[in-house]
Amino acid sequence: MFVLLLMPALALLVMDLGANPVETITHHTGDWALRILLLTLAITPLRKLTGWREWVRLRRMFGLYSFFYVLLHLLTYLVLDRELRIGGVWEDIIERPYITIGFTAFLMLIPLAVTSTDGMVRRLGRNWARLHMLVYPATLCAVLHFLWLVKADLREPLAYMGLFALLMLLRAPIPLWRKSR
Amino acid sequence: MLINKPNDIRPSEITDKTVYKQRRRFLQGAGALLGVTATGGLMALGTPPRDLQGNKIFKDLPRGIASIDGPLTDYEDATTYNNFYELGVGKSGPAENAALFKTDPWSVTVAGECEKPGTLTLEDFLKPHALEERIYRLRCVETWSMVIPWVGFSLGDALKRFQPTRDAKFVIFETLFDPDRLVMQNFDLLDWPYQEGLRIDEAMHPLTTLAIGMYGEVLPKQNGAPLRLVVPWKYGFKSIKSIVSIKFSKARPKTTWSDLQPEEYGFYANVNPDVSHPRWSQKRERPLGEWFKKDTLLFNGYAEQVAGLYKGMDLKKHY
Repeated sequence: MFVLLLMPALALLVMDLGANPVETITHHTGDWALRILLLTLAITPLRKLTGWREWVRLRRMFGLYSFFYVLLHLLTYLVLDRELRIGGVWEDIIERPYITIGFTAFLMLIPLAVTSTDGMVRRLGRNWARLHMLVYPATLCAVLHFLWLVKADLREPLAYMGLFALLMLLRAPIPLWRKSR
Repeated sequence: MLINKPNDIRPSEITDKTVYKQRRRFLQGAGALLGVTATGGLMALGTPPRDLQGNKIFKDLPRGIASIDGPLTDYEDATTYNNFYELGVGKSGPAENAALFKTDPWSVTVAGECEKPGTLTLEDFLKPHALEERIYRLRCVETWSMVIPWVGFSLGDALKRFQPTRDAKFVIFETLFDPDRLVMQNFDLLDWPYQEGLRIDEAMHPLTTLAIGMYGEVLPKQNGAPLRLVVPWKYGFKSIKSIVSIKFSKARPKTTWSDLQPEEYGFYANVNPDVSHPRWSQKRERPLGEWFKKDTLLFNGYAEQVAGLYKGMDLKKHY
């Protein structure tokens, strides 16, 4: 699984980047960051449905991989798109809602990545779980980031929104899910 | 012994050379249009169509007004990275779905505030016009840019034939509406058919071009075959593709993107690095195929030619 999740990053080295390579890399890393983030959110429902507890061991790796793609996505934007001009980045964050919300998602994911070690989990105790609830608003922001940047064809971001809604619904306190726990 | 008959063609019957050349060019164009229809489905993406001898279809054309020297965008980049929602929403979709788009036969209807409205076959519409090679910058509002050698002529020369009246203040263009050929028109993405418009003085400006080819070849379908507008000082979405209708109007028309999101896309859409767009800073642009950006120029570098059209206008307000 570790190798599998690395494949999209390695693919960048061999794939045809087309006429606008920076855009291709930006979209590719952004797509995978969001996909893996949603996979991370799918772990808990999968555990409940299958009753297999080992799923949880994968969750941290999924989450960290998502953060890895978020970092690649952000670096591509900062270095290749904004050419490290801080003024331009600041203008984007202030004036462009899809950047504002994308950056918000990134900020929310930082503490989650930082507190992902075993030591941190132990040290934070019950607060760890509370802190990691941040993943829900972060994912919502990530989906909105995609939704707001699309010009006219909303089908793909809406599909992600639907998936996110489904994953949240599966967390609702419905007796059916409770029983199988 | 061979008896030569005297030459019985009178000198006056010999076609004037320039007329002959123009006719030849037109025939080359018409032949090319047919040829591409016949072989279009077989052509590999990224390979320019050639005649049977492997030559470019439009050769030795005179250079059009304000042509630049390049460097040209790669033909493959220019034909596989396109915004043409009628054929696909991604950049590669239009090229992939191009085979379904039959462009022959084609006709153009000219209507509205003019003395001589009518519907013409594409051949008749093009007949009087001498083709030129016009190498222009193209700047997309999405901040990428190209340099394309178009094959075409001034829109104004075509418009004059229909004798617009004094009430013709604007010109409205429409793309073909046919969901069988333009497959994405089956989806409710934009308010089909795509519509664009120009002020009459913008339309009559010699830089404003009707193109039927690029890179010495017939226009690929994803690039707006068989007839498209090229307004090099405006963002690319103004340069409407696959035109079937031209109308002179008294009132400023609705235009597709501006109507969909008026706070993002204005009617004028003049390239302007100082007018920020809600989605993209317009200060810099990325030439296709390149890793690094360059500064965007006012009116896309055509200020010398067109700035006069907007004298006294607040370009930040009329974006």
